[in-house]
Amino acid sequence: MANITFHNVGIRALSACVPHDVVYNKDLGYLIPDEEIEKVIDNIGIVERRIAADDVTASDLCFKAAQQLMHDNDINPESIDVLLFMSQTPDYRIPATSCILQHRLGLPKSTLCFDISLGCSGYIFALSTAFAYASMDGINRVLLLDGETFSKIVNRKDKVDWPLYGDAGTATLIEKGDFGDSSFFLNTDGSGEDDLKIHAGFRNPITPDSCVEREREDGNIRTDLEVFMDGMDVFNFAISKVPKSVKEVVNRAGKTIDDIDYLVFHQSNRFMMDFFVKKLKISPEKVPYCISKYGNTSSSSVPLTISSELSDRLDGDKTIVMSGFGAGLSWGSALIQTRDCKVSPVIEY
Amino acid sequence: MESLDRFIENFADLFEETDCDTIKANTHFKELDEWSSLIALSVIAMIDEEYDVEFRGDDIRNSETVNDLYDAVMSRVE
Repeated sequence: MANITFHNVGIRALSACVPHDVVYNKDLGYLIPDEEIEKVIDNIGIVERRIAADDVTASDLCFKAAQQLMHDNDINPESIDVLLFMSQTPDYRIPATSCILQHRLGLPKSTLCFDISLGCSGYIFALSTAFAYASMDGINRVLLLDGETFSKIVNRKDKVDWPLYGDAGTATLIEKGDFGDSSFFLNTDGSGEDDLKIHAGFRNPITPDSCVEREREDGNIRTDLEVFMDGMDVFNFAISKVPKSVKEVVNRAGKTIDDIDYLVFHQSNRFMMDFFVKKLKISPEKVPYCISKYGNTSSSSVPLTISSELSDRLDGDKTIVMSGFGAGLSWGSALIQTRDCKVSPVIEY
Repeated sequence: MESLDRFIENFADLFEETDCDTIKANTHFKELDEWSSLIALSVIAMIDEEYDVEFRGDDIRNSETVNDLYDAVMSRVE
Protein backbone atom coordinates (compact mmCIF):
# COMPACT_ATOMS: atom_id res chain seq x y z
CA MET A 1 0.00 0.00 0.00
CA ALA A 2 1.46 3.32 -1.09
CA ASN A 3 0.58 5.55 1.83
CA ILE A 4 3.45 7.97 2.36
CA THR A 5 4.24 10.80 4.79
CA PHE A 6 7.02 13.37 4.36
CA HIS A 7 8.50 15.63 7.04
CA ASN A 8 10.20 19.01 6.58
CA VAL A 9 9.72 19.14 2.82
CA GLY A 10 7.30 21.38 0.97
CA ILE A 11 6.30 23.39 -2.09
CA ARG A 12 8.17 26.68 -2.12
CA ALA A 13 6.82 28.10 -5.39
CA LEU A 14 4.69 27.29 -8.42
CA SER A 15 4.04 28.75 -11.87
CA ALA A 16 2.21 27.92 -15.13
CA CYS A 17 2.27 28.85 -18.80
CA VAL A 18 -0.43 28.31 -21.44
CA PRO A 19 -0.29 28.78 -25.21
CA HIS A 20 -1.52 32.10 -26.60
CA ASP A 21 -3.99 30.58 -29.09
CA VAL A 22 -7.58 30.11 -27.85
CA VAL A 23 -10.16 27.71 -29.31
CA TYR A 24 -13.82 28.06 -28.35
CA ASN A 25 -16.13 25.11 -27.83
CA LYS A 26 -19.03 27.14 -29.25
CA ASP A 27 -17.30 26.68 -32.62
CA LEU A 28 -17.65 22.87 -32.53
CA GLY A 29 -20.72 22.90 -34.80
CA TYR A 30 -18.97 20.55 -37.24
CA LEU A 31 -18.74 17.91 -34.49
CA ILE A 32 -21.79 18.39 -32.26
CA PRO A 33 -25.31 19.40 -33.41
CA ASP A 34 -25.85 23.15 -32.85
CA GLU A 35 -28.81 22.59 -30.52
CA GLU A 36 -26.66 20.44 -28.21
CA ILE A 37 -23.54 22.62 -28.01
CA GLU A 38 -24.79 24.89 -25.21
CA LYS A 39 -25.76 21.88 -23.12
CA VAL A 40 -22.42 20.16 -23.68
CA ILE A 41 -20.49 23.33 -22.74
CA ASP A 42 -22.66 23.70 -19.65
CA ASN A 43 -22.12 20.07 -18.57
CA ILE A 44 -18.39 19.76 -19.18
CA GLY A 45 -17.89 23.37 -18.05
CA ILE A 46 -15.37 24.15 -20.80
CA VAL A 47 -15.93 27.39 -22.70
CA GLU A 48 -12.48 27.76 -24.22
CA ARG A 49 -9.10 26.05 -24.30
CA ARG A 50 -5.50 26.91 -25.15
CA ILE A 51 -3.88 25.02 -27.99
CA ALA A 52 -0.14 24.98 -28.66
CA ALA A 53 1.13 25.97 -32.11
CA ASP A 54 2.62 23.16 -34.23
CA ASP A 55 6.15 24.12 -33.25
CA VAL A 56 5.46 24.52 -29.50
CA THR A 57 5.84 21.51 -27.19
CA ALA A 58 4.97 20.75 -23.58
CA SER A 59 8.63 21.31 -22.69
CA ASP A 60 8.53 24.81 -24.24
CA LEU A 61 5.57 25.70 -22.01
CA CYS A 62 7.35 24.22 -18.98
CA PHE A 63 10.58 26.04 -19.85
CA LYS A 64 8.78 29.37 -19.82
CA ALA A 65 6.94 28.52 -16.57
CA ALA A 66 10.28 27.51 -14.98
CA GLN A 67 11.97 30.74 -16.11
CA GLN A 68 9.09 32.72 -14.58
CA LEU A 69 9.30 30.79 -11.30
CA MET A 70 13.08 31.27 -11.07
CA HIS A 71 12.76 34.98 -11.89
CA ASP A 72 9.90 35.65 -9.46
CA ASN A 73 11.65 33.85 -6.59
CA ASP A 74 15.23 34.80 -7.39
CA ILE A 75 16.31 31.15 -7.71
CA ASN A 76 19.91 30.51 -8.72
CA PRO A 77 19.96 27.69 -11.34
CA GLU A 78 23.04 26.29 -9.57
CA SER A 79 20.85 25.57 -6.52
CA ILE A 80 18.66 22.99 -8.33
CA ASP A 81 19.68 19.40 -7.54
CA VAL A 82 16.96 17.43 -9.34
CA LEU A 83 14.82 18.18 -12.41
CA LEU A 84 11.82 15.95 -13.13
CA PHE A 85 9.77 16.29 -16.32
CA MET A 86 6.32 14.70 -16.11
CA SER A 87 4.58 14.38 -19.48
CA GLN A 88 3.09 11.97 -21.99
CA THR A 89 3.88 14.39 -24.81
CA PRO A 90 7.70 14.65 -24.57
CA ASP A 91 9.89 16.27 -27.25
CA TYR A 92 11.44 13.01 -28.47
CA ARG A 93 11.31 9.29 -27.79
CA ILE A 94 15.04 9.53 -27.05
CA PRO A 95 16.54 11.38 -25.17
CA ALA A 96 14.49 12.19 -22.09
CA THR A 97 13.18 15.76 -22.31
CA SER A 98 14.37 16.54 -18.76
CA CYS A 99 17.97 16.34 -20.06
CA ILE A 100 17.23 18.94 -22.74
CA LEU A 101 15.55 21.17 -20.15
CA GLN A 102 18.57 20.91 -17.81
CA HIS A 103 20.77 22.44 -20.50
CA ARG A 104 18.18 24.95 -21.66
CA LEU A 105 17.53 26.23 -18.13
CA GLY A 106 21.24 26.50 -17.40
CA LEU A 107 21.14 24.00 -14.54
CA PRO A 108 24.46 22.49 -13.44
CA LYS A 109 25.71 19.24 -14.94
CA SER A 110 25.46 17.75 -11.46
CA THR A 111 21.63 17.88 -11.80
CA LEU A 112 19.78 14.55 -11.57
CA CYS A 113 17.26 14.49 -14.44
CA PHE A 114 14.68 12.03 -15.68
CA ASP A 115 11.22 11.92 -17.19
CA ILE A 116 8.08 10.49 -15.61
CA SER A 117 5.22 9.22 -17.79
CA LEU A 118 1.71 8.91 -16.41
CA GLY A 119 -1.78 10.12 -17.32
CA CYS A 120 -3.97 12.69 -15.60
CA SER A 121 -2.89 11.42 -12.16
CA GLY A 122 0.73 12.20 -13.05
CA TYR A 123 1.28 15.39 -11.06
CA ILE A 124 0.40 13.75 -7.74
CA PHE A 125 2.73 10.80 -8.40
CA ALA A 126 5.54 13.03 -9.71
CA LEU A 127 5.13 15.34 -6.72
CA SER A 128 5.59 12.35 -4.40
CA THR A 129 8.83 11.55 -6.28
CA ALA A 130 9.95 15.18 -5.89
CA PHE A 131 9.18 15.10 -2.16
CA ALA A 132 11.06 11.80 -1.83
CA TYR A 133 14.21 13.23 -3.45
CA ALA A 134 13.96 16.46 -1.46
CA SER A 135 13.81 14.36 1.73
CA MET A 136 17.17 12.73 1.00
CA ASP A 137 20.50 13.86 2.38
CA GLY A 138 22.39 15.62 -0.40
CA ILE A 139 19.30 17.00 -2.14
CA ASN A 140 17.89 20.40 -1.23
CA ARG A 141 15.83 21.53 -4.22
CA VAL A 142 13.77 19.69 -6.82
CA LEU A 143 12.24 21.38 -9.87
CA LEU A 144 9.18 19.47 -11.11
CA LEU A 145 8.03 20.43 -14.61
CA ASP A 146 4.64 19.00 -15.57
CA GLY A 147 3.32 19.82 -19.03
CA GLU A 148 1.03 18.32 -21.63
CA THR A 149 -0.03 19.10 -25.19
CA PHE A 150 -2.92 16.70 -25.68
CA SER A 151 -4.05 18.80 -28.66
CA LYS A 152 -1.31 16.95 -30.55
CA ILE A 153 -2.64 13.47 -29.71
CA VAL A 154 -6.42 14.03 -29.88
CA ASN A 155 -8.27 13.90 -33.19
CA ARG A 156 -10.36 16.99 -33.92
CA LYS A 157 -13.15 14.69 -35.20
CA ASP A 158 -13.38 12.78 -31.89
CA LYS A 159 -16.40 14.21 -30.11
CA VAL A 160 -15.58 12.51 -26.79
CA ASP A 161 -12.04 13.88 -26.43
CA TRP A 162 -11.65 16.99 -28.57
CA PRO A 163 -14.08 19.26 -26.63
CA LEU A 164 -12.17 18.43 -23.40
CA TYR A 165 -8.46 18.83 -23.83
CA GLY A 166 -6.21 21.88 -23.66
CA ASP A 167 -2.44 22.43 -23.37
CA ALA A 168 -0.35 23.80 -20.50
CA GLY A 169 3.07 23.67 -18.85
CA THR A 170 3.81 24.16 -15.16
CA ALA A 171 6.74 24.41 -12.76
CA THR A 172 6.80 23.48 -9.06
CA LEU A 173 9.76 24.05 -6.76
CA ILE A 174 10.03 21.57 -3.88
CA GLU A 175 12.62 22.02 -1.13
CA LYS A 176 13.65 21.21 2.42
CA GLY A 177 12.33 23.61 5.06
CA ASP A 178 10.12 24.22 8.05
CA PHE A 179 6.97 22.69 6.54
CA GLY A 180 4.20 20.67 8.18
CA ASP A 181 3.88 16.98 7.23
CA SER A 182 2.53 16.07 3.81
CA SER A 183 0.84 12.76 2.93
CA PHE A 184 0.26 10.87 -0.28
CA PHE A 185 -2.12 7.99 -0.99
CA LEU A 186 -1.38 6.48 -4.43
CA ASN A 187 -3.22 3.69 -6.26
CA THR A 188 -3.21 1.71 -9.50
CA ASP A 189 -5.56 -0.71 -11.30
CA GLY A 190 -4.02 -1.93 -14.55
CA SER A 191 -7.08 -4.05 -15.34
CA GLY A 192 -8.49 -0.79 -16.76
CA GLU A 193 -5.64 -0.32 -19.29
CA ASP A 194 -8.07 -0.20 -22.23
CA ASP A 195 -10.27 2.58 -20.83
CA LEU A 196 -7.87 5.33 -21.89
CA LYS A 197 -5.29 4.37 -24.47
CA ILE A 198 -3.17 5.19 -27.48
CA HIS A 199 -2.91 1.91 -29.35
CA ALA A 200 0.39 2.44 -31.19
CA GLY A 201 3.68 1.92 -29.37
CA PHE A 202 6.09 -0.97 -29.19
CA ARG A 203 3.36 -3.57 -28.46
CA ASN A 204 1.67 -2.44 -31.67
CA PRO A 205 4.54 -1.01 -33.74
CA ILE A 206 3.94 2.17 -35.71
CA THR A 207 3.46 1.61 -39.46
CA PRO A 208 2.11 3.87 -42.21
CA ASP A 209 -1.28 2.34 -41.40
CA SER A 210 -1.12 3.77 -37.85
CA CYS A 211 -1.49 7.26 -39.35
CA VAL A 212 -4.71 6.45 -41.21
CA GLU A 213 -7.88 8.06 -39.81
CA ARG A 214 -10.66 5.52 -39.28
CA GLU A 215 -14.24 5.76 -38.11
CA ARG A 216 -14.51 4.17 -34.65
CA GLU A 217 -17.28 3.82 -32.03
CA ASP A 218 -20.23 6.23 -32.36
CA GLY A 219 -18.78 7.82 -35.49
CA ASN A 220 -15.68 9.15 -33.76
CA ILE A 221 -12.65 9.39 -36.02
CA ARG A 222 -9.05 8.84 -35.01
CA THR A 223 -5.76 7.19 -35.96
CA ASP A 224 -3.92 4.59 -33.87
CA LEU A 225 -1.57 7.40 -32.76
CA GLU A 226 -4.39 9.29 -31.05
CA VAL A 227 -6.13 8.96 -27.69
CA PHE A 228 -9.20 6.80 -27.13
CA MET A 229 -11.30 7.19 -24.01
CA ASP A 230 -14.29 5.14 -22.87
CA GLY A 231 -16.05 8.07 -21.23
CA MET A 232 -18.55 5.98 -19.27
CA ASP A 233 -15.97 3.59 -17.83
CA VAL A 234 -13.61 6.41 -16.89
CA PHE A 235 -16.48 8.29 -15.27
CA ASN A 236 -17.51 5.22 -13.29
CA PHE A 237 -13.88 4.67 -12.23
CA ALA A 238 -13.46 8.27 -11.11
CA ILE A 239 -16.66 8.62 -9.10
CA SER A 240 -16.05 5.31 -7.33
CA LYS A 241 -12.38 5.98 -6.46
CA VAL A 242 -11.72 9.72 -6.18
CA PRO A 243 -13.96 10.76 -3.24
CA LYS A 244 -12.75 7.72 -1.26
CA SER A 245 -9.13 8.56 -2.03
CA VAL A 246 -9.59 12.15 -0.81
CA LYS A 247 -11.24 10.93 2.40
CA GLU A 248 -8.45 8.39 2.92
CA VAL A 249 -5.58 10.87 2.63
CA VAL A 250 -7.37 13.34 4.91
CA ASN A 251 -8.18 10.69 7.53
CA ARG A 252 -4.68 9.24 7.51
CA ALA A 253 -3.27 12.72 8.12
CA GLY A 254 -5.48 12.91 11.20
CA LYS A 255 -7.58 15.73 9.73
CA THR A 256 -11.16 16.23 8.56
CA ILE A 257 -12.60 17.63 5.35
CA ASP A 258 -13.30 20.87 7.24
CA ASP A 259 -9.57 21.30 7.95
CA ILE A 260 -8.83 21.63 4.23
CA ASP A 261 -8.30 25.17 2.94
CA TYR A 262 -8.40 24.15 -0.73
CA LEU A 263 -9.24 20.92 -2.55
CA VAL A 264 -7.75 20.94 -6.05
CA PHE A 265 -9.04 18.27 -8.41
CA HIS A 266 -7.59 17.26 -11.73
CA GLN A 267 -9.81 19.36 -14.01
CA SER A 268 -11.48 16.46 -15.82
CA ASN A 269 -14.87 18.00 -16.53
CA ARG A 270 -17.20 20.11 -14.41
CA PHE A 271 -19.99 17.57 -14.17
CA MET A 272 -17.60 15.08 -12.58
CA MET A 273 -16.00 17.61 -10.20
CA ASP A 274 -19.42 18.86 -9.09
CA PHE A 275 -20.28 15.25 -8.27
CA PHE A 276 -17.13 14.95 -6.10
CA VAL A 277 -17.93 18.19 -4.28
CA LYS A 278 -21.44 16.97 -3.52
CA LYS A 279 -20.27 13.54 -2.43
CA LEU A 280 -17.54 14.90 -0.14
CA LYS A 281 -19.87 17.55 1.31
CA ILE A 282 -17.13 20.18 1.02
CA SER A 283 -17.93 23.84 0.69
CA PRO A 284 -17.73 24.70 -3.07
CA GLU A 285 -15.70 27.87 -2.42
CA LYS A 286 -12.83 25.66 -1.24
CA VAL A 287 -12.72 23.90 -4.60
CA PRO A 288 -11.13 26.08 -7.30
CA TYR A 289 -11.95 25.40 -10.97
CA CYS A 290 -10.12 26.78 -14.00
CA ILE A 291 -11.64 24.33 -16.46
CA SER A 292 -13.87 26.91 -18.17
CA LYS A 293 -10.77 28.81 -19.37
CA TYR A 294 -8.28 26.03 -20.04
CA GLY A 295 -10.20 22.74 -20.38
CA ASN A 296 -8.70 19.44 -19.23
CA THR A 297 -4.91 19.83 -19.43
CA SER A 298 -4.25 16.27 -18.21
CA SER A 299 -1.66 16.02 -15.40
CA SER A 300 -0.77 19.72 -15.54
CA SER A 301 -4.32 20.71 -14.54
CA VAL A 302 -3.69 20.57 -10.77
CA PRO A 303 -0.74 23.02 -10.72
CA LEU A 304 -2.41 25.10 -13.48
CA THR A 305 -5.50 25.48 -11.27
CA ILE A 306 -3.33 26.59 -8.34
CA SER A 307 -1.53 29.15 -10.52
CA SER A 308 -4.78 30.36 -12.09
CA GLU A 309 -7.04 30.51 -9.02
CA LEU A 310 -4.83 30.64 -5.90
CA SER A 311 -1.99 32.96 -6.92
CA ASP A 312 -2.68 35.46 -4.13
CA ARG A 313 -4.19 33.07 -1.58
CA LEU A 314 -1.38 30.90 -0.27
CA ASP A 315 0.27 33.27 2.20
CA GLY A 316 0.88 31.81 5.65
CA ASP A 317 0.05 28.19 6.47
CA LYS A 318 -2.48 26.36 4.29
CA THR A 319 -3.65 22.79 3.98
CA ILE A 320 -4.24 21.80 0.38
CA VAL A 321 -5.53 18.47 -0.86
CA MET A 322 -4.80 17.58 -4.49
CA SER A 323 -6.37 14.67 -6.34
CA GLY A 324 -5.49 13.24 -9.75
CA PHE A 325 -6.95 10.28 -11.67
CA GLY A 326 -6.72 8.90 -15.18
CA ALA A 327 -5.14 6.45 -17.61
CA GLY A 328 -3.63 3.31 -16.15
CA LEU A 329 -5.94 3.28 -14.39
CA SER A 330 -4.13 5.38 -11.83
CA TRP A 331 -5.35 7.65 -9.06
CA GLY A 332 -3.90 9.42 -6.05
CA SER A 333 -4.48 12.17 -3.54
CA ALA A 334 -2.03 14.28 -1.56
CA LEU A 335 -2.48 16.44 1.50
CA ILE A 336 0.15 19.18 1.33
CA GLN A 337 0.82 21.73 4.06
CA THR A 338 2.17 24.91 2.49
CA ARG A 339 3.91 27.84 4.16
CA ASP A 340 4.05 31.14 2.25
CA CYS A 341 3.94 29.31 -1.06
CA LYS A 342 4.75 31.79 -3.83
CA VAL A 343 2.37 31.21 -6.72
CA SER A 344 3.03 33.14 -9.94
CA PRO A 345 -0.06 33.94 -12.04
CA VAL A 346 -0.50 32.09 -15.35
CA ILE A 347 1.60 33.49 -18.21
CA GLU A 348 1.19 33.03 -21.97
CA TYR A 349 3.63 31.52 -24.41
CA MET B 1 -35.14 -3.56 -1.42
CA GLU B 2 -35.63 -0.66 -3.82
CA SER B 3 -38.60 -1.05 -6.11
CA LEU B 4 -38.74 -0.80 -9.87
CA ASP B 5 -41.08 2.21 -9.58
CA ARG B 6 -38.56 4.05 -7.47
CA PHE B 7 -35.80 3.22 -9.99
CA ILE B 8 -37.91 4.54 -12.87
CA GLU B 9 -38.53 7.72 -10.89
CA ASN B 10 -34.78 8.18 -10.25
CA PHE B 11 -34.07 7.50 -13.92
CA ALA B 12 -36.76 9.91 -15.18
CA ASP B 13 -35.43 12.67 -12.88
CA LEU B 14 -32.27 12.79 -15.00
CA PHE B 15 -34.19 14.13 -17.98
CA GLU B 16 -35.14 17.77 -18.31
CA GLU B 17 -37.20 17.92 -21.47
CA THR B 18 -38.71 14.44 -21.58
CA ASP B 19 -42.12 14.03 -19.95
CA CYS B 20 -41.55 11.75 -16.92
CA ASP B 21 -44.85 9.97 -17.57
CA THR B 22 -43.58 8.66 -20.89
CA ILE B 23 -40.75 6.74 -19.20
CA LYS B 24 -41.86 3.21 -18.29
CA ALA B 25 -40.11 -0.06 -17.47
CA ASN B 26 -40.28 -1.14 -21.11
CA THR B 27 -39.11 2.19 -22.55
CA HIS B 28 -36.19 1.80 -24.96
CA PHE B 29 -34.28 4.63 -23.34
CA LYS B 30 -31.64 5.06 -26.05
CA GLU B 31 -34.43 5.96 -28.47
CA LEU B 32 -35.52 8.95 -26.36
CA ASP B 33 -34.75 12.25 -28.14
CA GLU B 34 -33.00 13.59 -25.07
CA TRP B 35 -30.79 10.52 -24.53
CA SER B 36 -27.09 11.49 -24.81
CA SER B 37 -23.69 10.43 -23.57
CA LEU B 38 -24.03 13.06 -20.82
CA ILE B 39 -27.30 11.55 -19.59
CA ALA B 40 -25.50 8.19 -19.60
CA LEU B 41 -22.98 9.67 -17.16
CA SER B 42 -25.85 10.93 -15.00
CA VAL B 43 -27.27 7.40 -14.95
CA ILE B 44 -23.92 6.05 -13.72
CA ALA B 45 -23.77 8.78 -11.06
CA MET B 46 -27.38 8.16 -9.95
CA ILE B 47 -26.75 4.40 -9.64
CA ASP B 48 -23.59 5.06 -7.59
CA GLU B 49 -25.41 7.48 -5.30
CA GLU B 50 -28.73 5.73 -4.87
CA TYR B 51 -27.67 2.07 -5.03
CA ASP B 52 -23.91 2.15 -4.30
CA VAL B 53 -23.34 0.02 -7.39
CA GLU B 54 -20.42 0.55 -9.81
CA PHE B 55 -22.03 0.68 -13.24
CA ARG B 56 -19.76 0.34 -16.26
CA GLY B 57 -20.12 1.52 -19.85
CA ASP B 58 -20.91 -2.03 -20.99
CA ASP B 59 -23.80 -2.23 -18.52
CA ILE B 60 -25.41 0.69 -20.33
CA ARG B 61 -24.42 -0.53 -23.79
CA ASN B 62 -25.92 -3.98 -23.06
CA SER B 63 -29.22 -2.57 -21.74
CA GLU B 64 -32.11 -1.67 -24.01
CA THR B 65 -34.98 -0.90 -21.65
CA VAL B 66 -35.19 0.81 -18.26
CA ASN B 67 -36.07 -2.59 -16.85
CA ASP B 68 -32.77 -4.00 -18.20
CA LEU B 69 -30.90 -1.28 -16.27
CA TYR B 70 -32.90 -2.04 -13.13
CA ASP B 71 -32.15 -5.78 -13.39
CA ALA B 72 -28.43 -5.08 -13.87
CA VAL B 73 -28.39 -2.86 -10.78
CA MET B 74 -30.40 -5.28 -8.64
CA SER B 75 -28.14 -8.20 -9.58
CA ARG B 76 -25.30 -6.28 -7.89
CA VAL B 77 -27.00 -4.70 -4.89
CA GLU B 78 -25.44 -6.27 -1.82
